[in-house]
Amino acid sequence: MKNSIINVSNDRASLDTSRRNFLKISGAGLALIGLTLVGCEDDDTTIIDNKVFDLGSGDVGILNYAYALEQLEADFYTKVVNNFYSGISSKEKELFTDLYHHEVIHRDFFKAAISGATSSILPTLEFHYPNVDFNNRNSVLATAKALEDTGVAAYNGAGKYITNPDYLVIAGKIVSVEARHASAIRDLINPGSGDFSGDDVIDANGLDLAKEPKDIVMVASGFIKTPFTWKEQGIQ
Amino acid sequence: MNILKLLDKLSNDKFFSTEASRLDAIKNMANFSSNVAIAAVPLGFGALISSSAKAENSSDLKITSTTLFDDKLIEALQLALTLEYLEDEYYRIGLDTSGLISSSDRTVFMQISKHETAHVAFLKSALNSLGETPVPKPTFDFTVSGNFSPFTDYNQFLVLAQAFEDTGVRAYKGQAGNVMGNKQILQAALQIHSVEARHASQVRRMRANKGWIELNHGGNMPEATYPVYAGEENVNQAGFNTATAFGPEAGSAAYDEILSGSDAATIAGLFIV
Repeated sequence: MKNSIINVSNDRASLDTSRRNFLKISGAGLALIGLTLVGCEDDDTTIIDNKVFDLGSGDVGILNYAYALEQLEADFYTKVVNNFYSGISSKEKELFTDLYHHEVIHRDFFKAAISGATSSILPTLEFHYPNVDFNNRNSVLATAKALEDTGVAAYNGAGKYITNPDYLVIAGKIVSVEARHASAIRDLINPGSGDFSGDDVIDANGLDLAKEPKDIVMVASGFIKTPFTWKEQGIQ
Repeated sequence: MNILKLLDKLSNDKFFSTEASRLDAIKNMANFSSNVAIAAVPLGFGALISSSAKAENSSDLKITSTTLFDDKLIEALQLALTLEYLEDEYYRIGLDTSGLISSSDRTVFMQISKHETAHVAFLKSALNSLGETPVPKPTFDFTVSGNFSPFTDYNQFLVLAQAFEDTGVRAYKGQAGNVMGNKQILQAALQIHSVEARHASQVRRMRANKGWIELNHGGNMPEATYPVYAGEENVNQAGFNTATAFGPEAGSAAYDEILSGSDAATIAGLFIV
């Protein structure tokens, strides 16, 4: 009986933690956090202070944005390859190892590129995957599909905000690799189908998705524990 | 401008230098906006263009400064249209050739073909909206004077499909700088570019290759296709060595390289009579 109470108590503690994180990152509406805090001043949420990182303006903001997304993808695949789902084939092992390599390389590239251009570099973010079962093939594939499609739509939507042609070309070099990943993952989920470039992502003009940073952050924030803002794009 | 003239220009190193006669032919923004206003633009492209025209029209200074840029923009779109014509006709013939594509692979190629057809229509309407005449469809010879037999040999059909898709990815990327002055067209080009990459990955995997390109190895491809992969082995991105962490295979595969307009035109030109 006592044990069970203690267990419950622990559960609640962990739930509280995730709730706090959820408040921090829920939706793109980071602006709402301030309002939420007013309502729960007696909580321990005062750790949310004014030091929340802002991605910045102009090309620096875009680079930090890409860095955030690549951090997420790299983190996800690191977890996948450190704990392959049971029964994984050697072919799928190879594929996920490749994706892990590519995303880590992308992440480290942005870290180097941004550091070389400015001191306003996004810190290392913390992530969580509340609804992902890393032991389950379907769960891992579904998450990988969401992340890769999101990456493609993010780069496609961000290109127009880039002013430096060299950065634009680099983004182009990366986005097509994300699209190659997305295609492969989608075909693993539904082999031999048209899903690799499915009608859910490609419209009647033959155009892939392009999403605004605000919409991307709303989707990705489900995985991102560390709050950040991007005032230039209305994310705060 | 006919397609051969376009390809000839693209093959010329001085292609992107300014030509006075060409500049004369460029629509100024006043014409541009009126063209847009009356253009019957299908598929929603009109909305994209008209917002652009409106913005450009608000400043005379801008009109002048974008004139030279538009030259490159138009040429980039014409090159893209040429490549899409090629892919569209290729898959159409393939799907129409009975016994070529197995029923299990048919769904994939119908999906790809659908997109290439849409890309042709989209690029044509984009050019029309800009007051430009789309280049006509060239006459293609996918056998390259009898050197390939893609419509009787399915393996060769897959080989050329992979080459076309991997070329398309590189070619669109190579035009990024030429279209970035028009945000709507840049975004649309990016949206086509990633579709080509999805196609490329799928066709590569159907040939038991990885979906991505390691070093300059196309993956069990004939020598004639080597120009498609030349330069893909690059592991230096803006001074960052991408091979350091996991070796050159992963480092090169993590980035697709660009193809210049002239190189893309040379590859496409092989298949144009």
